[in-house]
Amino acid sequence: MNFGFTDEQELLRAEVRKFLDQNASIEEVRSQCESDEGFDRKLWLQMAELGFVGLTLPEQHGGAGLDLVTLLVLLEETGRTLLPSPLISTVIASQAIQRFGNDEQRARWLPGLADGSRIGTLALLEQSDDLAPGGLCLQGKTDGDETILTGRKLFVPDAGKADLFVVAFRSGSEPGDVGLAVLERSMAGVSTLDAAAMDLTKRLGSLELDDVRVGPADLLRPEGSAWSAVQSLIDLGAALVTAETVGAAEGALAITTAFAKEREQFGSKIGRYQGVKHPLAEMYVDIESYKSLVYYAFWALDEGEEGAALAVSKAKAYASETFPMAGINGVQLHGGVGYTWEYDIQLYLKRGKWMRPMYGDADYHYDRIAELGGL
Amino acid sequence: MDFHLSPQEEEFRDEVRAFLQENLPGEEERKSADFLAQWTTKVREKRWVGFSWPKDVGGGGGSVMEQVILKEEMARQKAPGLGTCFMGLAWVGPSIIQYGNEEQKQKYIPEILDGAYQWCTGYSEPDSGSDLASLKCKCVREGDEYVINGQKIWTSIAMWSKMMILLVRTETAVEAKHDGITCLLVPMDAEGLEVRPIRNMGGGSMFAEIFFTDVRVPVESRLGDEGQGWQVTVSALANERSSIAEVYGLRRKMEELKELARETVRGGKRAVEIPSIRRRLQRADIRIESMRLNGQRFLTKQLRGEPLGSETSINKLHRAALEVEMGELAMEITGSASTLMRGSADAPENGRWADYALGWPEVVIGGGTPNIQKNIIAERILGLPKD
Repeated sequence: MNFGFTDEQELLRAEVRKFLDQNASIEEVRSQCESDEGFDRKLWLQMAELGFVGLTLPEQHGGAGLDLVTLLVLLEETGRTLLPSPLISTVIASQAIQRFGNDEQRARWLPGLADGSRIGTLALLEQSDDLAPGGLCLQGKTDGDETILTGRKLFVPDAGKADLFVVAFRSGSEPGDVGLAVLERSMAGVSTLDAAAMDLTKRLGSLELDDVRVGPADLLRPEGSAWSAVQSLIDLGAALVTAETVGAAEGALAITTAFAKEREQFGSKIGRYQGVKHPLAEMYVDIESYKSLVYYAFWALDEGEEGAALAVSKAKAYASETFPMAGINGVQLHGGVGYTWEYDIQLYLKRGKWMRPMYGDADYHYDRIAELGGL
Repeated sequence: MDFHLSPQEEEFRDEVRAFLQENLPGEEERKSADFLAQWTTKVREKRWVGFSWPKDVGGGGGSVMEQVILKEEMARQKAPGLGTCFMGLAWVGPSIIQYGNEEQKQKYIPEILDGAYQWCTGYSEPDSGSDLASLKCKCVREGDEYVINGQKIWTSIAMWSKMMILLVRTETAVEAKHDGITCLLVPMDAEGLEVRPIRNMGGGSMFAEIFFTDVRVPVESRLGDEGQGWQVTVSALANERSSIAEVYGLRRKMEELKELARETVRGGKRAVEIPSIRRRLQRADIRIESMRLNGQRFLTKQLRGEPLGSETSINKLHRAALEVEMGELAMEITGSASTLMRGSADAPENGRWADYALGWPEVVIGGGTPNIQKNIIAERILGLPKD
């Protein structure tokens, strides 16, 4: 029994933290996320060179061949500093190709994703805003051996900077008729529209498809049900978002605690008052608890444990329900300055808004828990 | 990260499972006095009572991991407890092992292991609850005796106990209030010691007030040195860490609560299908699972030989919130019938949930109130200034 990290993983954490301290202080993060692209491409390429982007991809395709638990360490740190980067999107897209693509497709797309030269994302949601199979309306029309896609994908993470889009679409009339295509930005009829995202560190947009012709070599063909393949990507996404949330929540708690140790009112540091220290203690309890849940979930995903998806949903439900509130409490405990653009706590509050629905909100995951036998 | 057991640990787990297979009858039979007597002897023979204690005092010398496995398997199979002397096993014994002299060890440890009688705990006083170290119960040495005058309160099972572990103040002119406290082992039939049971809000009496009027005990009754009482107490209270027993207890209660929600029909609907109740059940379930995994993280620290600090307050806070919430959930599920107590024809499960909803203070307040736990986290972990 060992619920801790290996020495290598702890070393990686130290390395990542040092790298981010040097390159992604919160001031840096602000200027990166307020830039046109919304992130620092040079930094992204450096991260890729250090092996961070392709961490879980096989070595033969330019990855480091490490497990998800190791990726978790990285995500906690990128979350802590609210790093604006398409890391999660690219990991999900590349995992989709790694898991459900053939050798040719892996060789075609993975090296570019691992070395940071291309950014990937998963385009799943539509107007229905529904993560169930029934929510998928984009209908693929067959023309010879090609599939023609016309429609919109909404709330696509990092849509504006992505080069590759893993797109879920409806391939027939049955609920289980689901297809997965990999579209390149350069393909005729593919374009994106940037949305004005509340959380500037996490840009979103829509993918606009106008008569896009998809060849057989662009389709991923998972073994077994295509929807379970999509579901496994949702599970993975929920796990990755929760891992980053652990870091972000610790960041929010750290700056609010630091503020409470500095700020004086009524002749005393406000951190001495129980009205201030108790909400901070409650935040700590919640963070440590969904941390335990998500750590276990990552291990279970790595091991292919039967209860892995259930573990992910428990972690995401807990985090989705409490981290947005931690941002609100953080702002309140700062008082007036918490409401300003200048103070950093608002950035964490917005991260809470972003992560709540991302790959399923608490309600979605509660239903999923019930479906997986949890009630 | 690896949640699997090592081959040796698996071997031990199989030994426990085999024992349970052989010695644990059906759930009804487990309540019979005959079975319980047999069970007690058998687990004592296995040295599973006081399993974590050193072998030379009669314990089992079990490793941390073996203790966890044993507790987990016992809880999973809903086996009766290991030993019957609750407080003796939980903290009186560990205090005596750590601070007692040879004579005290030989006298008390075997009786605790055998469950010969109950111990109770005289810590809290009317004016010293959360602020325990401010206790005032006066103790003066006269020759070979200590003379005790004062009062204790919230002493659980005092009326059925033969011995008490008692904290008294032997020195008042001290700089820090934690100094000047001494620990004594006192027989409950000492002259001048009076037990007055307190009726709790549920109607029962589980704890009592204790009055000391010139109670005299020999100086040999002292555990540890004079003025060392605070350390004696604190180190023993820090014993149970991984909260496995609590987690399994809560899980079992949770299963019963789900069953209640499946069987209770409200407005033509099973309660479990009412979205608000459903969500609350699931939320509680997740909190329990997080307690289990928090415990595993604490355990990992322990196994690595790292000191475990105030983070154990995390699970205490979860448990406190869960005990209240689960009682309230039972009330919500059963609606109007929820207020009917034992003996009413229409009380669900003969009023056991009503009793439960009135019983949480024992746990929630008894082990240090949630507000105190939050202070501990805020001050010792987050480094916020002291109140």
